[in-house]
Amino acid sequence: MSKHQPTISRRDLMRNSAIAAAGAAVVPVDSAGAAGSTSKQFEALAMVHVEINGVDHQLELPPRVTLLDMLRERLQLTGTKKGCNRGECGACTVLLDGRRVNACLVLAVAAAGRKVTTIEGLSDGPRLHPVQQAFIDHDAFQCGFCTCGQIMSAVGCIAEGHTGSNAEIREWMSGNICRCSAYPQIAAAVEAAAREKA
Amino acid sequence: MRDFSYAQATSRADAIALAALPDTMVLAGGTELLNWTRIGIVEPARIVDITRIPGMEGVKALPNGGVRIGALTKLNDAAQHPLIRASYPVLSEAILKSASAQIRNLATVGGNPLQRVRCPYFRADEPTPCNKRAPGSGCGALHGFNEKHAIFGWTKDCVAVHPADPPVALAVLDADFITEDKNGGRRLAARKFNVLPGEDPTAHSVLHHGELIVGIEIGRPAPKSAYLKIRERESYEYATVSAAVALDLEGDVIRRARIALGSVAMQPWRLEETERRLAGQKLGSPAIEAAVDAGFADARPLSSNTYKIKLARNAALRTIELAARA
Repeated sequence: MSKHQPTISRRDLMRNSAIAAAGAAVVPVDSAGAAGSTSKQFEALAMVHVEINGVDHQLELPPRVTLLDMLRERLQLTGTKKGCNRGECGACTVLLDGRRVNACLVLAVAAAGRKVTTIEGLSDGPRLHPVQQAFIDHDAFQCGFCTCGQIMSAVGCIAEGHTGSNAEIREWMSGNICRCSAYPQIAAAVEAAAREKA
Repeated sequence: MRDFSYAQATSRADAIALAALPDTMVLAGGTELLNWTRIGIVEPARIVDITRIPGMEGVKALPNGGVRIGALTKLNDAAQHPLIRASYPVLSEAILKSASAQIRNLATVGGNPLQRVRCPYFRADEPTPCNKRAPGSGCGALHGFNEKHAIFGWTKDCVAVHPADPPVALAVLDADFITEDKNGGRRLAARKFNVLPGEDPTAHSVLHHGELIVGIEIGRPAPKSAYLKIRERESYEYATVSAAVALDLEGDVIRRARIALGSVAMQPWRLEETERRLAGQKLGSPAIEAAVDAGFADARPLSSNTYKIKLARNAALRTIELAARA
């Protein structure tokens, strides 16, 4: 959608609210932060350097901010979805140093110095990643909310080599819940994309 | 969620000094700690991240024929290590039946036994009676929703079960958790690591504040071993009951059997009487069933979980067969 349109989209509204909320955050001071004889200091506000989809980012964040919230609310990378926010649904799956993880279970500050790949970083320009194309070809979604997480998880699953059979794919993709229950199509898409890679 | 400050430990000594500070918690995989802070189960002022400490990851053979797993080894890496797969299939299977592929890429073998109970009263967003959540408030599950709760070792003060799978395998392998703290460290038996409510209904484990699990040591290989997990979904679900078995066989005669049940008590439940009676018995003989039944003499159901006794008994029997064929 164009920035010149006078109408405000739902996403823009939410994005602006998130920035406002971030700006208003009160930063606490750790009064008992000195760590005895060690030189280590506990930080109430941390400078986080992280590479996301090949681009270096530097952000100042309270340590409680998760990788998921950093992606969505600070960097506007809203492709990574917030489902349960408790590691139960897999909608927020991203690759951390090439391995799939739930972004809601990682503190952004703990990801410092690491490489993150999100759904926005998969395609090669206008050319879709083979797993993205396979999901379209196999009609592997209905409402689409879980799809970004499913695709990121599938990329990890294929890289790990857990695609030897339909049953193996179902087992190793079980961390991604699909409430529309597109599981047969999802497994078929993963199988096809794995075959193409082989 | 309360705000907290954060530090990355760069060495074990550093981590031990920082973790001993008051109101401080340790972050490894984070798959539990982040949820605890969200629900309000813990509200630490400081979090010390130990994931950057070098030398705490990996699987190493020990001179005594056993193996040591570094505490920061990711669950997926431990389970898929050739040494664990070949020598301790019960552990590899228990890990791979835990959680999901994504969570196993974060969660560590040292953090896993520190998982807390999944009792809905403990994990409630609103205050409910739970002696583990609010000591002295009572046990909501005793006469409430308790169909997934304990059949062994419970008291009226707590009927929760420990939910993790890997500790059940570690208990059957007689593994030890190796810890370090500012006074040195300890070697803690995996089978007694979690605390039964008769001892302390408010406790989760015997680990002290400021004490770190740095590794797990397992004795000689147990290639004839297996793990069976019974659950309501085929994958990505906690056990209703589980069974871990390690056998020493001579032909088809059991020389020694070790059996532990999971999700039936606040700690992995070794069926000691069964183990005694199985020694010398032939696989497939009626004596096996009688031996397993003897292990359930002290099983006590709650109002809604009588079914778990039969389920656990049958799981134990099936897992003996699986271990014999491993």
